[in-house]
Amino acid sequence: MTWTSWGISKSPWLYHVSTGSCNNCDIEIVDCLTPKFDVERFGGKLVGSPRHADVLMATGAMTRKSKPRFERVLEAAAKPYIVAAVGACACSKGIFHDAYNCVGPVRKVTKEVDEEIMVVNIPGCPPRPEAIIEGLVNGLQKLKEVHQ
Amino acid sequence: MVGRLVFDFFVFPGLFFTLGVGILASWVVRKVSALVQWRVGPPLLQPAYDIAKLFGKENIIPRGSTEWGFLIVPLLGPIGLLLASIILVKANYLATAFIGDIIVVLYLLILPALAVVLGGMSSGNPLSSLGANRELRLIAAYELPLLLAVTTAIVKTGGGLSLATFSSQWVAASFSGTFAFIASLLCIQAELGFIPFDIPEAETEIMGGPLIEYSGPLLGLFKISHLMALLVLPLFLITVFLGGFGTGWEALWGAIKYVLVLVVIILIKNTNPRLRSDQALKFFWYGAAPLALIALVMAVVGNLIGIAWL
Ligand code: SF4
Repeated sequence: MTWTSWGISKSPWLYHVSTGSCNNCDIEIVDCLTPKFDVERFGGKLVGSPRHADVLMATGAMTRKSKPRFERVLEAAAKPYIVAAVGACACSKGIFHDAYNCVGPVRKVTKEVDEEIMVVNIPGCPPRPEAIIEGLVNGLQKLKEVHQ
Repeated sequence: MVGRLVFDFFVFPGLFFTLGVGILASWVVRKVSALVQWRVGPPLLQPAYDIAKLFGKENIIPRGSTEWGFLIVPLLGPIGLLLASIILVKANYLATAFIGDIIVVLYLLILPALAVVLGGMSSGNPLSSLGANRELRLIAAYELPLLLAVTTAIVKTGGGLSLATFSSQWVAASFSGTFAFIASLLCIQAELGFIPFDIPEAETEIMGGPLIEYSGPLLGLFKISHLMALLVLPLFLITVFLGGFGTGWEALWGAIKYVLVLVVIILIKNTNPRLRSDQALKFFWYGAAPLALIALVMAVVGNLIGIAWL
């Protein structure tokens, strides 16, 4: 485990990118900050700029319009970081599976930009806040193992 | 002699001590905020983890920024606060003060805010220049009452310009001193960038303001500067208004004063909504500055006719 992966697993700063979601997953992400769930226990906090981010929380089925924007966010963020695909749409396009306007899922688009970036899938429509936190914690654990 | 200097700068009143207490203070801020909101809050070393992580991350220099300014400016804040901390702590513990050191400290305390302004201006992002603009306006707002309040304290202690004369008496134990203390506490709140006055960094509207383009180690330097400010600014208040830290066992009493001032600041932070830029200006110029001015007049009158409690 390297210094940086250890640091990220100790203080994951979250940045929230919507790639065309129905807004339900986004609300569940905000739920993680409420007193009942409180991601600050793990050092997480929501930041306003991708330059500060360690985890990009992507929601939605990646519409054609949002793809270039998402790629720009990936370029703007400071490496290393991980991408968390939150919700069934982000994991596999979900109910928009055969839609003509969706080019997702998030994993595919991310890997096209950079093979190295780790993507965590958090399924559910929308995933419960417990599931999001568990996915996050598992993903950070994985990051530590990968960067041996 | 050289060893003594190195020790001063890097260990006791210097870097190690300031950072260590700053990390603890920052944890107290986050933990108490969490408790007020009925949450659990972060673990003890969370601020240290944040800094350690930021120093391991990539450093991005955005296209369109003034490169050298962008790189050098983050150092201003930590250096200014480090020097201020050394002067303040030495005046308290070793009584090694020089004439006019209070003026030096007042100048040094503006450096972090100035660093934020310059950093915002040089990063070439419209939102960060907007944030820098707001920070400048805020500095113009709170400097006036702060200087008036400190002048009150100088008048109260008999016109000595050295910090050692302050740390031996309770300025706040008189009416004028109390008014001046309240006014300067509000200024400190703005100087720390805490909530009623976090207008420059407003995360919900301009996304971190002047710091929006900073990443990795440079952002870490800004965070370090904020940690140090959490120690230095309350320490300044205590030295000038609340009778200083004292030595030996008295230092315990000093530490209690520090924690109390910090908790008051945190409670103000957690029970107020953010003000607009113009509201903050009005608050400081029409609210806090007249209060400090009244305190100053009271102190002068009290000195002239010899009433100590005025
Ligand atoms: S996964 Fe469900 S809740 Fe989330 S964006 Fe897609 S449709 Fe909406």
